[in-house]
Amino acid sequence: MAFRKEVVSLAAFALLVSAGVLSPRGAAAAPGAGGSAIEAIARKLADPATQKEAIEALGGMADPAVEALLRALKDGALYRSNHGVAVLGDDGALKDLSGQPVLDAGGQPVSPRVGQEAIALEESSFGIAQDILERLQIFKDDPEARRSAAFKLGSSRDLTAVPVLAKALEQEHDARARTVIEEALAKLRLLAPDAATRGSAAHALGRLRSESALPELQAAIGREADPAAKQRLQDSVRSIDSYVFLRSVVGYLFNGVSLGAVLLIMSLGLAVTFGLMGIINMAHGEMLMIGSYTAYVVQEIFAARFASHLDYYFLIALPLSFLTAGMVGLALELLIIRFLYGRPLETLIVTWGIGMIFSQSARLYFGDQTSVNSPTWFRGGVEVLRGLIFPWSRIFIVVLALAALAALHLLLRYTHAGLRVQAVMQNRSMAACLGVSTRRIDALTFALGTGLAGIGGCALALIGTVDPEVGKTYIVDAFMVVVLGGVGKLVGAVVASFGIGLANKVLEPAIGGTAGAIYAKVVVLAIVIWFLQWKPTGLFPSRGRAAAEAGEAV
Amino acid sequence: MSVTVTRRDFLKGTATVGAGLAAGFGFPAVIRAQGGKEPIKVGVLHSLSGTMAISEAPIKEIVLMAIEEINKAGGVLGRPVEPIVEDPASNWDLFAEKSKKLLLQDKVAAVFGCWTSVSRKSVLPVFEKYNGLLFYPVQYEGEECSKNVIYTGATINQQATPAIDYLMSPEGGSKRKFYLLGSDYVYPRTTNKILRLYLTKVKNVPESAIAEEYTPFHHQDYQTIVGKVKSFGAAGDAAVINTINGDSNVPFFKELANQGVTADRTPTMSFSFAEVELQTLDVKPLVGHLASWNYFMSLRTPENMRWLKAYKAWCGTHGTPDKQCVTDDPMMHAYVHVHLWAKAVAKAESTDVDAVLRALEGLQIDSPVGKYKVDEKNHHTWKPVYIGKIRSDGQFEVVWKSKGWVHPEPWSTVTYPNRECDWSRKGKGTYDLVEGKRVWLSEKK
Repeated sequence: MAFRKEVVSLAAFALLVSAGVLSPRGAAAAPGAGGSAIEAIARKLADPATQKEAIEALGGMADPAVEALLRALKDGALYRSNHGVAVLGDDGALKDLSGQPVLDAGGQPVSPRVGQEAIALEESSFGIAQDILERLQIFKDDPEARRSAAFKLGSSRDLTAVPVLAKALEQEHDARARTVIEEALAKLRLLAPDAATRGSAAHALGRLRSESALPELQAAIGREADPAAKQRLQDSVRSIDSYVFLRSVVGYLFNGVSLGAVLLIMSLGLAVTFGLMGIINMAHGEMLMIGSYTAYVVQEIFAARFASHLDYYFLIALPLSFLTAGMVGLALELLIIRFLYGRPLETLIVTWGIGMIFSQSARLYFGDQTSVNSPTWFRGGVEVLRGLIFPWSRIFIVVLALAALAALHLLLRYTHAGLRVQAVMQNRSMAACLGVSTRRIDALTFALGTGLAGIGGCALALIGTVDPEVGKTYIVDAFMVVVLGGVGKLVGAVVASFGIGLANKVLEPAIGGTAGAIYAKVVVLAIVIWFLQWKPTGLFPSRGRAAAEAGEAV
Repeated sequence: MSVTVTRRDFLKGTATVGAGLAAGFGFPAVIRAQGGKEPIKVGVLHSLSGTMAISEAPIKEIVLMAIEEINKAGGVLGRPVEPIVEDPASNWDLFAEKSKKLLLQDKVAAVFGCWTSVSRKSVLPVFEKYNGLLFYPVQYEGEECSKNVIYTGATINQQATPAIDYLMSPEGGSKRKFYLLGSDYVYPRTTNKILRLYLTKVKNVPESAIAEEYTPFHHQDYQTIVGKVKSFGAAGDAAVINTINGDSNVPFFKELANQGVTADRTPTMSFSFAEVELQTLDVKPLVGHLASWNYFMSLRTPENMRWLKAYKAWCGTHGTPDKQCVTDDPMMHAYVHVHLWAKAVAKAESTDVDAVLRALEGLQIDSPVGKYKVDEKNHHTWKPVYIGKIRSDGQFEVVWKSKGWVHPEPWSTVTYPNRECDWSRKGKGTYDLVEGKRVWLSEKK
C-alpha cells in the first residue's frame, strides 16, 4: 500500500512538474487546454500493457475530465471509439472527454455496438485508480469535499502529497478550506527532512491553533533532534493547549447559557400558571408537547402542500403553537380548573390525569413515529473560535427565551390587561370590588401560561424529540426552576434557569468520569434541595397572594 | 398506534377470552368448527403501549403475519396456530405477570416476546419455573444461556466486535480511538465492558485511546458530550460507539450535526437503532453514520424481496400504524423464529417444550438473510453480520458483510475465555472448561 502510494505520488509529482501543470491558472481556467494531452494518455488506458502507466500519469493532471475518465473506467462505462476513447452517458450515447456526444459520419450520436465490451480496469491498477480518485476530491467544486480530501491527505503521512496540496492551496478561495489545506501541508512538512521546514511547519500549526495536529506534534517532539525546531514544536504545543483550554471554557459557558435558555423557555409558562396563579399544573409538560406537535403538524402540512417553501413552516408554527396551546389551556380552565381553585391537592391529581390523557391521545393519534426537522437556516452554526461552533438553533432558543421573557414582562407591567392580571393575583377581593372580572382574568392568565408553554414546546422541537412522553422529561426541570426561583416572581425564574444551566454545564466536565451527565444532575438537584431547606420560599420570595389563597376568599 | 389497531386487539382479546371460556366450560365445538382440530396456542408478548411500543409493536405485527402464513399453509401438525396477544405496556413487572398468565392459564406452546434485557430478565424465572419456551428476537449483551429461551438476536460477537474490526480496517477509516457512549443500563454497560477488553486485549488499543460515558434515559442535552467527542476525534482517527437508547438519539445526532462533527471524520457506529427507529428521526443529521446488524431492509436477496412484498401486503390490510411498512433486524429475527418454531414442532411431532428444544438443535431455515441456523448446543443462532451506512431515505447502504455465518458466543471469549454453554442431550447449560473438564455452573455451589 505504502509503496503504491509512493509510486502514484512520485509519478504525479513528476508529471506536475514536467507537464507544466504546476502553473495552474492556465490549466484550471481552460479545461480544454489540457485536452489533447489527456486524450493521448486516455488512449493508453485501452491497452492493458500501458494502462497502469496511463492511470499514474492521469493522477498528476488537474483537468476536471480526469475524474470523469477514471470513474468511467472504474464503473465499466469507458469504450473504445474512432477517436480514442469515449464515456457512456446516462442517455446510452457515447460522449468524448469534453462531454460532447460522439457523432458518426451522418451526424448522429453513437451508442456502443451490440456486444462491444467496455475497457476493463486491470485488477492490479484498481487500488491506484481508487487512490487517485480520492485525491482528486481536493479539486472538487464542493468545498466540503475539498476540506475532507485535504484533511485525509494531511493525515496520510505521505510526503509526496505536498505538491498536490500546495497546488490546491493556490487555487483555493474558500477560507475554511484554505485553513484545512494549510494545516494538512504543515502536518506533512513536520516529516520533512529539513529541520528549518519542520520548524516553520510547527510554527504554522501553532498559529493555526490546530487541535487535530496535537498528536502529530507530540510525536514530532519525541523524535526531533534539532534544538531550534524542537523549541518551536514545544511552543506550538503550548499555544495550542492554552487555546484549547480557552475554547473549552467559552464552550462550557455557552453550553450553560444555552441550557439555561432551554430551562427558561420550558418554565416560563409554568412561572405564570404556578408562579402567579398558584395552580399546580402537572399537565404543563403536555402543554409543551402540544406546542411540539403543532410544529410537527404544520411541518407535515407544508411538506404536503407547499413543499418548495418548507422552511417557512416554522414562522407559522411558532405563533400557531402559542394559539393552540393557549386555546387548550383556556378550555381546561373553563371546564375543569376553575372548579378547583383553592384545592391544590385535587388540582395536582386532576392535572396529572389530564396530562396522561393528552400524552396517550397523542400516542393514539400520531403514533410514536414523528420528528420535526429544523428549517435549513437553523442547520449548522457560527464558528466563534476555530473548532467551536455555536449552533444556530441554540442561539435562536436563547434569543427566543429572552424575547418571550421581555414580552411577558412588558405585558404584565405596561398594559392594561397585565395590570389587571397583577391586581387579581395580588388581591382578588379588592380587584373584584374595583370592577375587574376576576373569572375572566383567571381564564386569560391560565391561557397565557399554557400558550407560553406551547411556544417553548415548538422551539424545543428544534433540538429535542417530539414524542408522547416528552412532557414527562420537561415537567421536573420546569418545576425545579420555578420553585427555586421563588413562586410568583419572573426574575426568580430567570436567575434560577440560568443558574441551574450554568451549574450543570460547568459541573458536568468537572465531574468527568463515565457518568458526568448523571452526576452533574444529581449534584445540581442536591444543591437545589439544600438551598430550599435554607430558603424555602426560593431565591426571590413573593409578597403577593397566590390564587389559591385568594380563591378561598371568593 | 392508531385507534383501529387497539380496537381490533380488543376484539381479538375478547374473542380469545370467550374462546377460552367456552373451552373451559366444555364447549370445544366452537373452536373445532374451524379447522376440525384444536388449535395450538402461542403467546405474543410485546409492548403495544408505553415507551417501548415504538420498537415492539412492529414485532407483534410480523409475528402475527408469520402465524397467518403458517396457518394458510395448513398449520402445524394439521392444527391451526392461535396467537394470544398480551400487552405488557413497557412495564417490567407486567411482563412477568403476563408470561405467567400465558403459561399457566392459556397453556401456550411457545411465547414470542420481550425486547429490553430488563423485560427478558424479569420473565426468565417464570419460564424456567414452569418450563415454558421463549423466543427472544433482539440483539443483547450475552452472558446468559437459559434452557427455556431461544435467543435469535445477535450476540456481542455477531454485532459489536465485527463493527470494531470494520472501523479499524482501512475501508472503515483505520480508526484507533473509540468513544463508547451509551444510555445508563445493563445492555450498554455490559457491551462496553466487553468492548473495552476486546479493544485493549485483542486489538492492542491503549486505555488512553478509549473514552466511556453514560447518560440517563431521555437525556436531552448532549452539548458537553459532543464537545468532548469533537476534541477526542480532532485528529480524524476516532469513532463513536453508540448504544444510546431510544429518543435520546435525536438530540445527540442533532448536536453532532450542529457542532460540525461529520461522519467522514468521526463516524458513529450504532447498535441500538435500526430502520424502524430511523423513521422517527430527522434523518439528515445522521446520513453517513454507521450501524451494525444481521439484516438490513435494503438487502437485495430474493428471499428478502419476497418477505418485503408479503409484509407490504400485510401492513396495508391490517391498519398497521407504520404506513411505510418498514422492516428491520429484530423483525427479521422475530419472523424467522416463528417459522423455526413451527418447523421444530413438525419435526418433533409434538408441542412438548423439551421435544421442541431437541428438534431445534442445529435446525436450518431459509430467511431474508439467506441460510439461518440454530446452534447445536447453545440456544443461539448462526447468521451473517452486515455493516450499513445511513442513507438520506432512512435506509442503509451495505458497506461490509461477513463471510458467511458468524457463530454465536453467548459468553464472549474476551471476558470468559473458558466459558461455554451446552443444552444438547448431555448438556446441563453453562460450563467452565477447567483443565479440559466441564464444570457445570448449575452444579457449582
